[in-house]
Amino acid sequence: MRKRRMVAPVAASLSAALLAAGCGGGGGGVTEATGTLEDPITVQWGEPQSELVPTNSNDTFGSQVFNPMFTGLVEYDPNTFEARNAMAESIERADDKKTYTVELKEGWKFHDGEEVTSDNFVRAWNYAAYAPNGQQQANMFKRIQGYDEVHPADPDGDGPKKPPEPSAEKMSGLKVVDDHTFEITLKQPFTVFPEKLGYQTFVPLPESFFEDKEGFAENPIGNGPYEFESRSPSQSLTLTRYEDYKGADAGNADAVKLVVYEKAQTAYQDLKSDNLDVINTIPTSAQADGRWKEELGDRAISKDRMGLTTLSLPLYEEKFQNPDLRKAISLAIDRQQIVETVFNGSATAADGWTAPSMPGRTDGTCGQWCEYDPAKAKEYLEKAGGFDGQMTLSYNADGAHKQWMTAVAGSIRDTLGIDVGTNGVPTFSTFQDKMDNQEMSGPYRYGWVADYPTPRTFLNPLYTTSGSANYTGYSNEEFDNMIGRADRAATVDEANELYGKAEKQLAEDMPSAPLFTQTVKGARSDRLAEGTLNTRTNVAITSLKVAEPTQ
Amino acid sequence: MGRYILRRLLQLIPVFIGTTFIIYSLVWAIPGNPFAGLCGPRGCPPAFIDQMTEQYNLDQPLPVQYVLYLGQLFQGNFGETFNGIEVGTLIQQAYPVTLKLATIALIFEAIIGIAAGILTALRGKGFVDNLVLAATLFLIAVPVFVSGFVIQVVFGVQLEWMEPSVGADPGIGQLIVPGLVLGSLSMAYIARLTRTAMFENKRADYIRTATAKGLTPRRVVSVHMLRNSLIPVITFIGTDFGALMGGAIVTEGVFNIHGIGGLVFSAIQGQEGITVTGVVTLLVLVYLLMNLLVDILYAALDPRIRYD
Repeated sequence: MRKRRMVAPVAASLSAALLAAGCGGGGGGVTEATGTLEDPITVQWGEPQSELVPTNSNDTFGSQVFNPMFTGLVEYDPNTFEARNAMAESIERADDKKTYTVELKEGWKFHDGEEVTSDNFVRAWNYAAYAPNGQQQANMFKRIQGYDEVHPADPDGDGPKKPPEPSAEKMSGLKVVDDHTFEITLKQPFTVFPEKLGYQTFVPLPESFFEDKEGFAENPIGNGPYEFESRSPSQSLTLTRYEDYKGADAGNADAVKLVVYEKAQTAYQDLKSDNLDVINTIPTSAQADGRWKEELGDRAISKDRMGLTTLSLPLYEEKFQNPDLRKAISLAIDRQQIVETVFNGSATAADGWTAPSMPGRTDGTCGQWCEYDPAKAKEYLEKAGGFDGQMTLSYNADGAHKQWMTAVAGSIRDTLGIDVGTNGVPTFSTFQDKMDNQEMSGPYRYGWVADYPTPRTFLNPLYTTSGSANYTGYSNEEFDNMIGRADRAATVDEANELYGKAEKQLAEDMPSAPLFTQTVKGARSDRLAEGTLNTRTNVAITSLKVAEPTQ
Repeated sequence: MGRYILRRLLQLIPVFIGTTFIIYSLVWAIPGNPFAGLCGPRGCPPAFIDQMTEQYNLDQPLPVQYVLYLGQLFQGNFGETFNGIEVGTLIQQAYPVTLKLATIALIFEAIIGIAAGILTALRGKGFVDNLVLAATLFLIAVPVFVSGFVIQVVFGVQLEWMEPSVGADPGIGQLIVPGLVLGSLSMAYIARLTRTAMFENKRADYIRTATAKGLTPRRVVSVHMLRNSLIPVITFIGTDFGALMGGAIVTEGVFNIHGIGGLVFSAIQGQEGITVTGVVTLLVLVYLLMNLLVDILYAALDPRIRYD
């Protein structure tokens, strides 16, 4: 009998242990206050892919945190994407066209009370560029003199050979003059450089970052209008307004909570029932027939996006080396119909290689090659000697690309009368890996969002021979030279005009077929009187304004 | 009994090592560079990839990597995700939520399922029996994401009886509806399982004997019939709890619950081997313990079963 009696206590204690953690926790309360720390404005968000260090992050969810937390020398208008001085009092270019003297505004402080001085900028930039620190954004600094010494190029790219050890720790092109003045010397003249300085990588970092980097990633300290309050990894992050902010765009709401949503559909339902204040994606199901605009009325947000989707062509594949074939593909895509039927008009058909509302762009650089013309498409296919076998269009299946890729494939198939299929690569990571290693066997989707407000942000990284994101293998000396000439132009306007001219060269070579730009779509709750998204689809946190309580 | 449990616990060790090794090697065996997608369409600079590769020991041969990982694990260190967050912290946050949700689902499915099973078995053929059969058939046929979504839209958005989603650090109250949705499928199985087992035992000799002895019907049903009929049901509930603890990706997604299921899902998508291995190791342990618990419960329920 003794053995029998042991059964019950053992079973009971095992089950108790398993259930113990199931108890506890309380119900959520409802409060009347809005926008305070107890009841913050809530914003749809996702878990950032990288640690919370601005120089080591390159995803939109990370930017969503850094945008309100940091202010660089220059900032971009959330509506027009135009650059204006923020922390910089002035940025003066010397006569040699490559040295800039930056004067900082005085009295600005980091959230921990440290004053922002030239040193904070110079140290942060040097840290980001120094190869052994392995920062994701290192190559944003490659224009600065001395970059090659701190970040020597890898002789064989991703290959087995290790790059040489850096011969210096600091870039020679950065010089602190005094607490509020520093000098930037570039390798070569680069007229649009000041426009570039609003990008998130060019922010200052406080002393506390260099003392304790891991601590900083857990509790980041910036100099922007909002400061870090708390974070529950993969659940939420709360920001509070920084009272001593000296800049123009100081924000209104006292506290904003970024909430991780796995499904856009759930966030959408939450927004409709005022359980969430801002969303920056609209689920595909609600986009059908423009249903979301009907359901949300004046709460819907829709604006131009500074991005472009292209059908990039693997020029390293023999089949795609004939420009006539590439033109035939571009001519065979009925962009207007895809925009209307697949996107219900919430996209713009591309007429060039930059976003349609990009400041300083030249319109219509793609010209006739981006117009749907079945007869000419067939003519060019014939000129190229036809196409053997199946043409497979690749996309990453973890994004909402299947529908329109199928439409593009159908358009090419019906027009050219060749066999066209689609191939969904399971994850973006695998997709990117294939691009990195030049393993794409056919055309593939490529999306690019502007980093800074000049057409160069699309043209240089994607199409110059040494471009950091040139995956097509396109290389044209003339194009490279034209970009180089534009970089050395006397003024920004002149530079932009020259970038437009270079873009016309792309129409001759067609390394990628521009497709469309989707609009930035989102919505806000009734609790907010104002609130918008920026042109990079992030929520403009400083624009959020709580509605006056109505009696 | 004590020796039996000890033996079972010792068996956990090889199972633990085997599963962690398989999971570890499988996750890192996914083709492609796990860091390639981290930097968006710009791609990552080689210096960054080199540093990450070194940090996660990916430049070592797989067995060495695994031993290094295990060494960390035995010191209580689950490692770090690619975005620099302790996996231990993530598990600590997600597990209580999943445990709450699973417990709620389990209580619902056990109470309602067993009650419905008993009711239909005792009443015999008739309206109630047909009603329960039709209802369970319906629950089995409707996928969880459909029922979850319909409940969310009807009760959350249209009627506003509840909030459409749950969010961070939910209380028991907020998890009741998701728990009900999660448990609905198993509830149907339990009802049918109980009903069938009860029907079988109803005609068994020992029941006739018990009735003939003059025991009250209540005692016949609750002590003799139910106790024997519950053996398959307990097996089902035990394994189901193990499965529920593994997280409910669909339900968690619909109601935005930050539990284990979502954690594993996003980690697999991001090829974060460290996170996947850490969480799945825990799941394996929970599963093994649940199985042990079920086996011990057998002995409690069925006097014919002895372990020694």
